[in-house]
Amino acid sequence: MHQRSIVRVAAPLLIASLALSACGSRGGTDTGTSTGNKTAIIGVMAPLSGNLSALGLGIQHSVELAVQQANANKAVPGWTLKVEAKDDEQKPDVGKNAATAFAAEANVAGVVGNLNSSVTQSTQSVLATANIVQVSPANTGPSLTKGANFSTAPVRPYKTFFRTCTTDTVQGKFAADYLYNTAGFKKVATINDKKTYGQGLVKEFTKFFTGLGGTVVGAETINPDESNFQAVISKVKPTAPQAVYYGGEYPAAGPLSQQMKASGLNVPLMGGDGIFDPKYVALAGATANGDLATSVGAPADQSAVGKKFLADYAKAGYKEPSAAYGTFSYDAANAIINALKVSLKDAKDVASVRQATLDALGNVSFDGLTGKVGFDKYGDSTSRVLTSYKVANLKWAQIKTVTVP
Amino acid sequence: MDIFVQQLVNGLTLGSLYALIAVGYTVVYGILQLINFAHGEVFMIGAFGALTTSLVLFRGQTSLWILPFMIIGAVIASVVTAVLMERFAYRPLRNAPRLAPLITAIGISVFLQEIVRLNYDHVPFTSWNPFDLPDAKSLIPFPQIDVVTGPAFQVGGVTIQRAAIFTIGALLMCSAVLWYFINRTKMGRGMQAVSQDPDTARLMGINVDRVIVVAFMLGAILAGIAGVAQGLQNNNIDFRMGFLAGLKAFTAAVLGGIGNVAGAVVGGLVLGIVEAMATQYIPGQFGGSPWKDVWAFVMLILVLVFRPEGLLGAKAVDRA
Repeated sequence: MHQRSIVRVAAPLLIASLALSACGSRGGTDTGTSTGNKTAIIGVMAPLSGNLSALGLGIQHSVELAVQQANANKAVPGWTLKVEAKDDEQKPDVGKNAATAFAAEANVAGVVGNLNSSVTQSTQSVLATANIVQVSPANTGPSLTKGANFSTAPVRPYKTFFRTCTTDTVQGKFAADYLYNTAGFKKVATINDKKTYGQGLVKEFTKFFTGLGGTVVGAETINPDESNFQAVISKVKPTAPQAVYYGGEYPAAGPLSQQMKASGLNVPLMGGDGIFDPKYVALAGATANGDLATSVGAPADQSAVGKKFLADYAKAGYKEPSAAYGTFSYDAANAIINALKVSLKDAKDVASVRQATLDALGNVSFDGLTGKVGFDKYGDSTSRVLTSYKVANLKWAQIKTVTVP
Repeated sequence: MDIFVQQLVNGLTLGSLYALIAVGYTVVYGILQLINFAHGEVFMIGAFGALTTSLVLFRGQTSLWILPFMIIGAVIASVVTAVLMERFAYRPLRNAPRLAPLITAIGISVFLQEIVRLNYDHVPFTSWNPFDLPDAKSLIPFPQIDVVTGPAFQVGGVTIQRAAIFTIGALLMCSAVLWYFINRTKMGRGMQAVSQDPDTARLMGINVDRVIVVAFMLGAILAGIAGVAQGLQNNNIDFRMGFLAGLKAFTAAVLGGIGNVAGAVVGGLVLGIVEAMATQYIPGQFGGSPWKDVWAFVMLILVLVFRPEGLLGAKAVDRA
């Protein structure tokens, strides 16, 4: 009798552990054509599962495309480049494990990632101790390159961290300027999701919006893991804001917009690059029209190189679209590849030339999809292009693209 | 005043959802002294059952007559999950030390989440997706049924969502049926007997195994309905929705007195209202939405300090 019950318990447990172990075996994608017998790995860290996987998979595939093309063109003679992707599940602890794994691999030449500023905060230091260059296509948190006192006393915390997108200082200012000057709104409420990105963006926005003369009538937060935001909406509604500025990502922003409109708070929701995704409109539903977003860079389909990228991407047959950060990821991968052209030329192995790779990456300058790709002394992108978008007919439509000096 | 009533409505809506789920914790605890932490997942699977019914049978149509079918689909999915869970995970552990079923419950919870996350859009171990179901790795929009969703009602300065009326109505109806079932039917009285003393109940000719299955089914039915209510209210569902909702519902059950069905309903409503009011009325640095959960749990601690048996008192005798 006792024996039998143990078997009964063990069977479901065994099945459960099998199912769980299946989740762990993601990663390692081989991208084709070889150009040499020595291998260098370009790592990718992004959320490949979960709510933000649409963005993360777009990053992964865009890097794969860049590497595939580099291999085909023999961009780094004598070397074959390989992409290795690790899921960070948008969690700092998982991201740190991924970074630790990359730091332990001798062949890792550089890493593209992460998507979330909160995750990058924990991966930066790990890659920095191994002297591996990290280029983020999507982190807009200013403190990542300029330290905690980024506006008063900027200090670069990690010399190995670079990014191809611009920062929330620039983005928050752009959004404040749009709402105050273009839309003519003087009273705005802010809501954020308490994560590094959301809080930082709202802080920058508030600074510039009140600086222009506007009033922030309410500053609230939500928990992005919850899905009922009525209490917060009811609190904001009587203050009669003309718009709600949201710091966070689309999985919470979409339902928030839908619930705002359903509760009679019929004002546009505006957010940053974190909400600029087609999924936002799907989640916000039929009342999404009029909602606003700013995003980094210009739409890919507006330049000749961008169109070529989209065509190549389609031809490569990836299952998921390149999404909001595809062009930045492609540029980030190419920045690393350009640095490797210099550092790996006469190198015997990847690990010994990491310092040379770092020096070369600081000096890269080429025409990418998002403009001239290059980095300033903090590791920030020198091209600062932003675009504002509005939902019209349940699709994101471009309002205007500007280059911030 | 309008704001107070508005937050009261918000709190009642949120609380009704907690209450519907909390009943499942409390019924099972009352009979088995088992905290079924996988109950949040039963709720999640209920929501996916409704979504699947709508997508497969009705191709996402939104007429009102589809709603009953979605509720039936949700209830079937929840009940099947709960019954299988009881049969294959808890029954073999019936006489094991109490930590074993508790840890099993946490394991089942993770297992069910991953099953839905990885396999919702295809038949397991294949890539076959005959009904073109969406990928469950991220939020999925829930069909917005006519009449029960749409523009909100305005009563004075108070906005009342249509889905809120559905949720509160569902709680009222379920409570009434549940009260009748527990107090007026033979099976219900059998449940009360088992909860008081399973050994004597067995000697009196009550089929204890069947009573336990019925307890799991009751909780699952309410959780399935709650899943539909949550989908209608929030417009979308995902595989993680059961975790936080389950945690809050468990809190509500403890608050009301675990093992006590009326207590679960009261506890759910109180928890929802405290969360809404804390968002609105606690001023200063420790107020507003960031602190609402803190105040909800402060209240739980205070209640447990001064009334350890919960608001309405735990009914079951603790035999541990």
